Amino acid sequence: MSTAPRPATPMARQILEHRSLLQRAYALPGEVFFPLLFVLLGGLAATVGIGFLVVAGYLDGRWYDIRDLGNGTSHFRYWAQQQGLPPSVAYLTTALLGGIGILSLVGGWLVIGSWVERRLIAKFQIRQGPNRNGLFGLLQPIADALKLIQKEVLIPVGADRLLFFLPPILIFLPAMLGWAPIPWAAKMSYVDMNVGVVYAIAISSLGVLAVFLAGWSSNNHYALLGAMRTVAMMVSYEIPISLSLLGVVLFTGSLQLSQIVVWQQTYHIWMVILLPFAAFAFLFASTAEINRTPNDIGEAESEIVAGFHTEYSGMKAGLFLAVELGNAILVGAMMSTVFFGGYSFFGLETWIPGYLILATKIGAVYFVFVWLRGTLPRFRLDQLMSFAWKFLIPLSIIQLLVVSVESLVIAQSDLPGLATVGGSVVVNLVLTYFGVRAWANAIGYAPNEMASPPIMTNGVGGLRAAEQIRAGR
Amino acid sequence: MGPAETLFSNYIPVLLASIVGFVLVLSALIGSRLLAPFSQEREKSTTYECGMLPIRRASTNVGMRFYLYAILFVIFDVEAVFIFPWAVSFMNLGAQAYWLMVAFIAILTLGLAYAWKKGALQWR
Repeated sequence: MSTAPRPATPMARQILEHRSLLQRAYALPGEVFFPLLFVLLGGLAATVGIGFLVVAGYLDGRWYDIRDLGNGTSHFRYWAQQQGLPPSVAYLTTALLGGIGILSLVGGWLVIGSWVERRLIAKFQIRQGPNRNGLFGLLQPIADALKLIQKEVLIPVGADRLLFFLPPILIFLPAMLGWAPIPWAAKMSYVDMNVGVVYAIAISSLGVLAVFLAGWSSNNHYALLGAMRTVAMMVSYEIPISLSLLGVVLFTGSLQLSQIVVWQQTYHIWMVILLPFAAFAFLFASTAEINRTPNDIGEAESEIVAGFHTEYSGMKAGLFLAVELGNAILVGAMMSTVFFGGYSFFGLETWIPGYLILATKIGAVYFVFVWLRGTLPRFRLDQLMSFAWKFLIPLSIIQLLVVSVESLVIAQSDLPGLATVGGSVVVNLVLTYFGVRAWANAIGYAPNEMASPPIMTNGVGGLRAAEQIRAGR
Repeated sequence: MGPAETLFSNYIPVLLASIVGFVLVLSALIGSRLLAPFSQEREKSTTYECGMLPIRRASTNVGMRFYLYAILFVIFDVEAVFIFPWAVSFMNLGAQAYWLMVAFIAILTLGLAYAWKKGALQWR
């Protein structure tokens, strides 16, 4: 007896009817297809034209060379000097323009980012996501902002008013200042400071202060608990971040982020291949540092309402959420600059503006963050802390010692770079694989002895007290 | 350029960027102050306790383990700060600097191992 085939579920039917992009393009009506073809061919022709200009060298170093906006800045300074303006005026003008540039980058991302994040999470969870306001729901973030700005900002009873006012500002500034040393092209970084790595670590650890101020001043148990958790986690994961960046600094011999990119350009290798464990430690630790989902126990809404910003409402809560979003791409920028070759892509940066390459890499890292958020459940606080202190930190220290020997060999031996760098790659990959496995086997997963079961007290509450009360005693 | 000018050229833009960011945040807060309703009521501004009346001030005791982690953090962060200059100038210093740093890290690792052995890293 054969069972009749089950009718296809709506999901399966959708997949069956989902034709390929090429088939869809053929099926387009003529009045759409030909303009589209025209635009595509025009884009191709424009690309060829730009390619000719680049090869012929017409663009190199001119002010209209948009592959590197630093050219325009230096031309402007030169022009201002010729006009007889004092150098500080030109300097401050360019600095202010750069500051507004960073601000508009961060602000533009805050406008589009929440939509991107919600849509992506929705795709991971097989639902639609925001799709009502405007085309594809693109106006949703603006509607959210309008709603937030009209909401009343409450100040809870017993809150320390000054300390309650400060955190939204204090937490926003590091999220913006962190962009300063990131190089977007060879000459295009806001401040190409010689201590870029240390600056990035210092700026990123400023957020801890704001978090604890917010939790302490709002006179709320949940907020205080969330702040304690978040501070403990941020503080613990700062050490793996520093140690993994130290490995990179040992190879490059410079704290300047542009120099780190140039090193990766000259050796034609990305740091993630050379230092896989450092890259993993940085990725995981930075998710803890910016409170993103696998590690966001500090604001776990199932336990402690919203963590340290429970008492914030209206625009102030909006600022906290916005900073969380902005920090995600800031960390993506650090990650792609230090570990994924920054604005360079094996020679492609002479053809395409470096900042577009960097933006693509930031987008890729951000996608990984969203992917993690859509996939992993939350880790418990004790798991997170022991992962940092018993796993990441000891292994990072061992890696530091290995890497210092390798960097000495690369810098001082007469062998060709392929031999020394390639040897380091092989050694690091093998050591990472076996070292991580051996360490994980040695520590193992040892659950704590069982937490004590709930105790029924007799005096205050519990069953017997209830019976006593019921009996009228 | 002397060191003073380098400092100026490096960090004045940072100051400018922070001012620009401050202006943005402040304008958001002022905008909310202008657009949002404000009415002080005692019930509305009680702290959130899942609908119950809040008991006491919220300055609860901070768990002892947070202090342990804080002390460990200070030790290791200062360690990282010491290692950064070493890492930059490592190439020119040679083998002696390497062994000195190995000794330095070994002492700190002993400290970590001691804390681990004592159970300071165990979350209870």
